Amino acid sequence: MLEVENVNSFYGKAHVLRDLTLSVPHGNVVALLGRNGAGKTTTMKSIMQLVRPASGSILFNGNSIANLPPHKIAKLGVGYVPEERRIFTDLTVSENLLVGKQPPREGAVTWTEAMLFDLFPNLAERRSNRGKALSGGEQQMLTIARTLMGNPSFILLDEPSEGVAPVIVEQMAKVIQQLKSEGLTVLLSEQNLHFAQAVADLAVIIESGAQVYSGTLKELNAQPEIRDAYLAA
Amino acid sequence: MEFFVAQLLTGLANASSLFLVACGLSLIFGVTRIVNFAHGSLYMLGAYIGYTLMQNLPGAVGFWGSILLAGIAVGIIGVLVEVLVLRPVYRAPELFQLVATFGVILVIQDLTLIIWGPEDLLGPRAPGLRGVYRIMGEPIPKYDIVLLVITPFIALALWYLITQTRVGVLVRAATQDREMVGALGVNQAVLFTGVFALGSALAGLGGALQLPKGGADLLMDFHILAPVFVVVVIGGMGSLPGAYLAAVIISVLNVFGVTYLPQSTLVLMFVVMVVVLMIRPYGLFGREEVAGEHGQVGEPELPIKPASNSVRMIVMAGLALLALLPVFGSSFAMVLTTDILIFCLFAASLHFLLGLGGLVSFGHAAYYGGGAYIAALLVTHANSPMEIAFLLAPLGAGLAALAIGWVCLRLTGVYFAMLTLAFAQLLWSLVFQWGSVTGGDDGLVNIWPSDWLNSTTAYFYFALLFSVGGILVLRHVAHSPFGYALRAARDSKRQAESTGINTQKVQLLAFGFAGFMGGLAGTLFVFSKGSVFPNELEIARSFDALIVVFLGGVKTLAGGVAGAAFFKGVEDLLTRFEYWRLVMGLLIIFVVIVAPQGIVGSIRKAAIRLNILKQGGQT
Amino acid sequence: MSVVLETKGLTKAFGGLVAVDDVSFQLQKGELLALIGPNGAGKSTCFNMLMGQLPPTSGEVFLGGERINGLSPRQIWRRGVGRTFQITATYSSMTVIENVQMALLSHHGDVFKFLPFAHKLYREEAMALLDMVGMAEQADRHCAVLAYGDLKRMELSIALAHDPQLLLMDEPTAGMAPKERVALMELTARIVEDRGVSVLFTEHDMDVVFAHSHRIMVLNRGALIAEGDASEIRNSPLVQEVYLGGGTLFDAEEDAHA
Repeated sequence: MLEVENVNSFYGKAHVLRDLTLSVPHGNVVALLGRNGAGKTTTMKSIMQLVRPASGSILFNGNSIANLPPHKIAKLGVGYVPEERRIFTDLTVSENLLVGKQPPREGAVTWTEAMLFDLFPNLAERRSNRGKALSGGEQQMLTIARTLMGNPSFILLDEPSEGVAPVIVEQMAKVIQQLKSEGLTVLLSEQNLHFAQAVADLAVIIESGAQVYSGTLKELNAQPEIRDAYLAA
Repeated sequence: MEFFVAQLLTGLANASSLFLVACGLSLIFGVTRIVNFAHGSLYMLGAYIGYTLMQNLPGAVGFWGSILLAGIAVGIIGVLVEVLVLRPVYRAPELFQLVATFGVILVIQDLTLIIWGPEDLLGPRAPGLRGVYRIMGEPIPKYDIVLLVITPFIALALWYLITQTRVGVLVRAATQDREMVGALGVNQAVLFTGVFALGSALAGLGGALQLPKGGADLLMDFHILAPVFVVVVIGGMGSLPGAYLAAVIISVLNVFGVTYLPQSTLVLMFVVMVVVLMIRPYGLFGREEVAGEHGQVGEPELPIKPASNSVRMIVMAGLALLALLPVFGSSFAMVLTTDILIFCLFAASLHFLLGLGGLVSFGHAAYYGGGAYIAALLVTHANSPMEIAFLLAPLGAGLAALAIGWVCLRLTGVYFAMLTLAFAQLLWSLVFQWGSVTGGDDGLVNIWPSDWLNSTTAYFYFALLFSVGGILVLRHVAHSPFGYALRAARDSKRQAESTGINTQKVQLLAFGFAGFMGGLAGTLFVFSKGSVFPNELEIARSFDALIVVFLGGVKTLAGGVAGAAFFKGVEDLLTRFEYWRLVMGLLIIFVVIVAPQGIVGSIRKAAIRLNILKQGGQT
Repeated sequence: MSVVLETKGLTKAFGGLVAVDDVSFQLQKGELLALIGPNGAGKSTCFNMLMGQLPPTSGEVFLGGERINGLSPRQIWRRGVGRTFQITATYSSMTVIENVQMALLSHHGDVFKFLPFAHKLYREEAMALLDMVGMAEQADRHCAVLAYGDLKRMELSIALAHDPQLLLMDEPTAGMAPKERVALMELTARIVEDRGVSVLFTEHDMDVVFAHSHRIMVLNRGALIAEGDASEIRNSPLVQEVYLGGGTLFDAEEDAHA
């Protein structure tokens, strides 16, 4: 579904992504793992063209999306859930969802506000509250719900467990599993290996902006030396 | 009582145009983060276009149709400005775009002059609304009543658009985080252009609507600018109800001011603004501005280091050359160079605040003009010799800066900038209206230096010594612990405060220091010209300095001086031509688009690319 | 052991909402004390009161036996309290060493000097501090190009510049890779030992908390609900319910840190 090939991205003068290659097969949840500063967020932003890669190709369903403006990529069915959440704090929960709303898309679930409130019951009670009144966990749910309103067939989920209480992280894992069962493809960047293991099928590890491992999570578990070298303590 | 009501109604009617223009400015700022200085020019165009249309379209339908069409036409002009001038510089550092909008002001000024000529145009009366209504016995022009009735409806329509429609939700979302709105599938370019068109159309509408009351003239762009900024700031940036309420407050106060305290009219609205901001720092309905929240943080500034020996040699050689000017140059060249040197010092003092301190002052002319006026007042009223004036005037300007800074530094960002502008305007109004002391519009004359400096050559050396000396002192302070603390307060107030640095005190002192240096420049100026007029305190003078600092390069130590030297030189060349503003405006827009990091910044970048300069530091 | 920091009945109410409710604790010299709890439990509010950014509604804070509530952040810093931020706060236009020199300039009372060149002052002292956190070789780099982990280490050396007796660290490892997290906390633990500094820190990463703190306090809805060492906290049913959850995501912890 998504093919990233030999992408190089810079942040200011720093060379963040170095010939990064990765692919996300249709219907899978792929965990993008790696330490902080490895380039996970830059990978997400490069796919979304919020950071313009200097070179390389990015194909979505076979079509190049490099050099498209972000809104066109979103229109193609790519949803982006940023690490910093970036909800609109002055808008109500319902208005936040309205910003994300896009026309129905063939081959993807058409989300309505009511369906999302079923998925995230906490948000339903707070639909008329402004974003700034939400707790961290609720904001994280809202940012995912807002992206789903665009009826994406593929979402980029950047560190959804960062800074969220473990109880919420568990809830988040259930949501991702459900989305996957409905056919959504996900690229999930994570530092929390436990969380990744709970939801993902495949794993890609990057280090200094380059891929150092790609395989199933099961295989990764069988290779503690890789895990130790690039991830855990 | 009857009279009171009549005054109130007149005030409400006057609020109409002000509200429309302010609304447009507020919307544009909210979404694009651009402080559109050219908004007054769009208002002026609305008036001129409306006038021409009314001449050609007959009857009541023609009159109201002309107003609508003028709004639409200005909306289209707004689209042109947005697409041609602003779109190329959206990625430039924050506030840089305002320089481009200043270029637009100059261009529109000359284009209006070319098309409509220099005479003031008397606005036509609205057909069928020529007389007055008697309300409680007092005559109120019918047109006023119509205005004050339709304005709330326009306000309601705008309010509905912004709060109840998806477009409005998108506009509000983009006000907060436009990049995220784009990532959710909304075409930002269309949204920006749309908002700019709407904002411009409102300005045009405002201009055309006031025709029967005020007509059209070439000064109305700057005249509306100050009240509009005041309204937007009092109401709170981005708030429509705030803009309406503030427009009403200002207009009503103004009507009463004219009646009861005619000397105060110019000062009044700034006093109101200062009072409101002291109580509510983000205006009546505004919300706190959080720096960097809009995803527009530019490239980090490079570390500074003292000039290398080779740079020092080049500077010395340049100074030596300047010192030899009296030998080979004409006296005209010396006068021009003196002007440039003084302007360089003025710009360098603003750059110290703006570049190192991150404190964007829109009213730096207060200290430059202030210094000039203090010196002139001392000479005129106390017969003090030049030497004493030279000592006291910069000190006075510095003290004024400390006092004004003490108030302004409670605010941040655009509100801070607006408050500094308000104080400069306050000073200007004071000088303008207190004729018995300041000479008012006639200024103060016969302010000449002491005998030993009474030749062009002697004064040239004197100005050279003090401007270059001042610039070098400013530069040295940048490298001192105080200069570092000032940058620390700009880079991270959080860290600075929690490591014991009193950032408020550092910034206040910097404000006073920059004011002192600005005052020194003003003092040098007044003795070089022998006279001073209120225009040295005007908004335009503050903008001059602001523009050269931005065009020179905010994030470079030499930016202020380089920009000042370049543009003062160019201006001197251009003012010999009739339509010099047009050329100057286009030049400014050109520099903004091709060199978004300023002249010095862009030259440095090119030099790094060509490997002439080592990466990593700046001098 | 002597008490470095003590709070008695610390309370903060925002309108009707009680964000911190009657919190009392002691921090001993040389101790690494963790403060954990779900988002919105009042950790940040608590921290802000200790640092002087927020005045408590009631209750008292003592530093080395002296009452410090009501003092400004600057005064509290001058009494020997250093802090690091959840999101790094650095002077992005300066080099690494200049960032540290700035804190030293403030410590030595040189902020309002106009004559000397700032970059020449206290360079050696700053270098020693950078050396302590392993950043000496990066001293002259522009801090805007540093990796996040290095920024955090730089921030730690800034916090140590005035030789504090107490360090307050707000989520010191947020945004870092697991390996870097461990390295940073090991570094902190070593500094605690070498310099006799006491540390109070908040943290979301339970691996870090369980591995590095001497003692843990759990805050929920503004109140302290549990206090103890790692195993006591881990096995507390109350803590599991409000914060740690069913523990499904933390099963693997033991072997990861074995």
